[in-house]
Amino acid sequence: MSDASLNSTVSTQPGDAGFGDFFALLKPRVMTLVVFTALVGLLAAPVGVHPVVGFAAILFIAVGGGASGALNMWWESDIDRIMKRTRKRPIPAGKIAEGEALGFGVALAGFSVVMLWLATNWVAAAILAFTIFFYVVIYTMWLKRWTPQNIVIGGAAGAFPPMIGWAAATGTVSIESVLMFSLVFMWTPPHFWALALFMKSDYHEAGVPMLTVTHGRKSTRKHILVYTVLLAVLAIGAAFTSIGGPIYLTVAVIYNAIFLKGAYDIWRRDEATAEADNYIVEKKVFKHSLYYLFALFTAILVQSTLASFGIGGW
Amino acid sequence: MSLSKQHELHKRRFSRNMGLGLVLAGFVALVFGLTVAKVSNEDFSVPTENGGQN
Repeated sequence: MSDASLNSTVSTQPGDAGFGDFFALLKPRVMTLVVFTALVGLLAAPVGVHPVVGFAAILFIAVGGGASGALNMWWESDIDRIMKRTRKRPIPAGKIAEGEALGFGVALAGFSVVMLWLATNWVAAAILAFTIFFYVVIYTMWLKRWTPQNIVIGGAAGAFPPMIGWAAATGTVSIESVLMFSLVFMWTPPHFWALALFMKSDYHEAGVPMLTVTHGRKSTRKHILVYTVLLAVLAIGAAFTSIGGPIYLTVAVIYNAIFLKGAYDIWRRDEATAEADNYIVEKKVFKHSLYYLFALFTAILVQSTLASFGIGGW
Repeated sequence: MSLSKQHELHKRRFSRNMGLGLVLAGFVALVFGLTVAKVSNEDFSVPTENGGQN
């Protein structure tokens, strides 16, 4: 085929996606959270790692997370075409074929696990492999379209990265890494339910059994409050463990107070009020929940850094 | 139509090829860096046939 005919007649075919289209399959925004929490897990560990090994570990954890995202987009391309929020993703937008996304995701998943094993240890690699399996098979293929508790159980997938980071440094799973896992695990439901409240038609039209669809919006508001209270107890309680300290406690008290106030405001509101102001409170709580996780993990990192100098703990 | 005019397809292919090239070059550099980091570790020793540790 000549260049002249290409210029005049050819439309995009499978195999013609650009680099950026493949990068978008990795869900780069979600990857930010994965990279950050894994980095905190790695740096907070009491065992030092060579900077190159640490960099490689975080990179392969990120690639593993990205592979999960690509496989998620491959499986969910049918509902991604329906939902406004996901309609511009590479597969529904027609930039990448489904088969390409599947091959890309599987290849990256295998590559990331093997490389993490070679760069660090088998414990970290095994948790990464389990995380990819959990996110793709347990959450995406099974839970998401089956139960309104999809976010609660599926949230575990997003909670593993700090545990993988910790294992990459230490080769073990310990109470500290389980605590970091628990923080993300408990944070996920109120974070996503706040999103579901102001993205209501999306999940409904796609037939995803989000709590808002199956139990109603009033019940979702109550769930957000209950889970935020449980999260606050866990997050503030963690201040008195080996990953905490006075700085973490201060940050945890401030950010949990704001989160609790937001969850209480969401619980008090009715649908008419929320619709009237275009879900301003729900959007605010969702935004705060993002800052919340970054703040708490930064505080854990600060505490561990100070602890390595023999200061900052209780 | 001019032959020199680039179709969007060419730009996409170029971006993919260039991106993949850079990723592969980065991977080579990373594996080299990992090798240096591992062999310069104090605990490192060359495996022997009679079961020595590495």
